[in-house]
Amino acid sequence: MSRVEFILNEKKVEFEGDLNKRLLDVLRDDFGLFGSKEGCGEGECGACAILFNDEIVNSCLLPMANVVNQRVMTIEGFSTTKKYKAIEQSFMDHGAVQCGYCTPGMIIATESLLNKNAKPTEEEIKDGLAGNLCRCTGYNMIIDAIIAVSRREDDLW
Amino acid sequence: MVILPKDYKHTLDALQDEKLTIIAGGTDVMVKNRNWSGLIPRVEGNSINIFQLNELSYIREDESGLHIGAGTKLEELLNSPLIFEPLKAAVREMASPAIRHVGTIGGNVGNASPAGDTLPILYVYDTVIVLESVEGIREISIFEFITGPGKTTRKSNEIIKEIILKNIDYTGFYYEKVGGRRSDAISKLSFVGLYNADEKGTIKDVRIAFGAVYKTIVRNHELERQLLQSLNSEKSMEDIIDEYSQLIQPIDDQRSNANYRKNCSLSLLKSFIQMAGGN
Ligand SMILES: Cc1cc2nc3c(=O)[nH]c(=O)nc-3n(C[C@H](O)[C@H](O)[C@H](O)COP(=O)(O)OP(=O)(O)OC[C@H]3O[C@@H](n4cnc5c(N)ncnc54)[C@H](O)[C@@H]3O)c2cc1C
Repeated sequence: MSRVEFILNEKKVEFEGDLNKRLLDVLRDDFGLFGSKEGCGEGECGACAILFNDEIVNSCLLPMANVVNQRVMTIEGFSTTKKYKAIEQSFMDHGAVQCGYCTPGMIIATESLLNKNAKPTEEEIKDGLAGNLCRCTGYNMIIDAIIAVSRREDDLW
Repeated sequence: MVILPKDYKHTLDALQDEKLTIIAGGTDVMVKNRNWSGLIPRVEGNSINIFQLNELSYIREDESGLHIGAGTKLEELLNSPLIFEPLKAAVREMASPAIRHVGTIGGNVGNASPAGDTLPILYVYDTVIVLESVEGIREISIFEFITGPGKTTRKSNEIIKEIILKNIDYTGFYYEKVGGRRSDAISKLSFVGLYNADEKGTIKDVRIAFGAVYKTIVRNHELERQLLQSLNSEKSMEDIIDEYSQLIQPIDDQRSNANYRKNCSLSLLKSFIQMAGGN
């Protein structure tokens, strides 16, 4: 057992337990944050994606030791931001959400991509979403939503 | 128990005291030791987590070659102007952004999978693996370091400190990864070929490696010497392709089958030979 700290959704928090525990389990079981989903549990589907120091990472593969003193932002934390609102609206406008299971991960992937590349091409968007599976939309609507939000006038990114 | 080392020296001391599972990004270790949701992954024995050791994260160049700290993340390789284009070509097609943000080059080497995508590139660059323990530093060629799937000659008190790629000149390179889809797919097989031609078009050097078609990466210096001669004398390549065919001994698994792997590898070899001006 170890007691460590990390930054969760911009607040310093404590974790006590085995440092090989997966961040995903800590988010869901210890902090009651259910936005990050378990899909494959092997890093292939992206349903558990979170922002780790502003970059997309799969929380199902991240041991707590990697998280000590680092910044984690889940979809819950991100949903209070202006950028989130813009992505959400664009996803709604383009029908990019159907069952919704992949959506938190897709939005995290969008934010991670736009942080590095504010005006991505369609190819770059596909690369940015390479680790996020969606079984409903066929991806085109998600790609359209990301193109639209990245072409806004107000330069959020 | 998981040891979170204060610094690099503490890591070496801890490795001396007991046999530990080293965890860097964890993208291989966490999948291999997967448990039910909510339960702790079944990592053997105690672990030491080196992910946050800044001392292992660097890329620098000197006369001896390109030094990459074992803790350097895959995504950092893509962002560095020092990294050779063939290595970038391989890393670009690895996994996904989410995995590349945490997975390390030391982990790809330490995992020693025949399908590890940086490995064929490291083989053609005559890479040296630098290991360190409290007893000192040991340098070993990657050819001797990796002995089979998941098997290396690392001693339990040693850590992979860095890898050194020789600085080699090339005028042409060909890299192809064959996977089930364009990204986030483990290789069915992969191929890399490099050649260096002078102004007159004479080939001075040629290097070839295959991934995921044998217990280890396939690279053969003798065949490369023969290929070099044939390329410069316009001899037929058939014998050489036959010889490579003997070395390529793939398996059937969930990703592909031996027959496909072999035929596809030989086709890529032929494409590369044509690209280098052979027939
Ligand atoms: C969804 C998914 C997709 C993937 N796609 C690819 C792909 O396309 N191509 C590919 O090659 N791989 C792929 N991988 C595998 C993995 O991401 C890579 O092998 C990565 O480089 C491992 O790095 P890591 O730091 O996460 O390793 P870890 O899991 O931390 O470690 C891997 C092994 O290396 C050892 N190790 C790590 N660092 C050191 C060190 N400094 N000294 C000694 N031993 C050490 C560990 O003990 C362990 O045995 C994929 C994995 C996942 C989950």
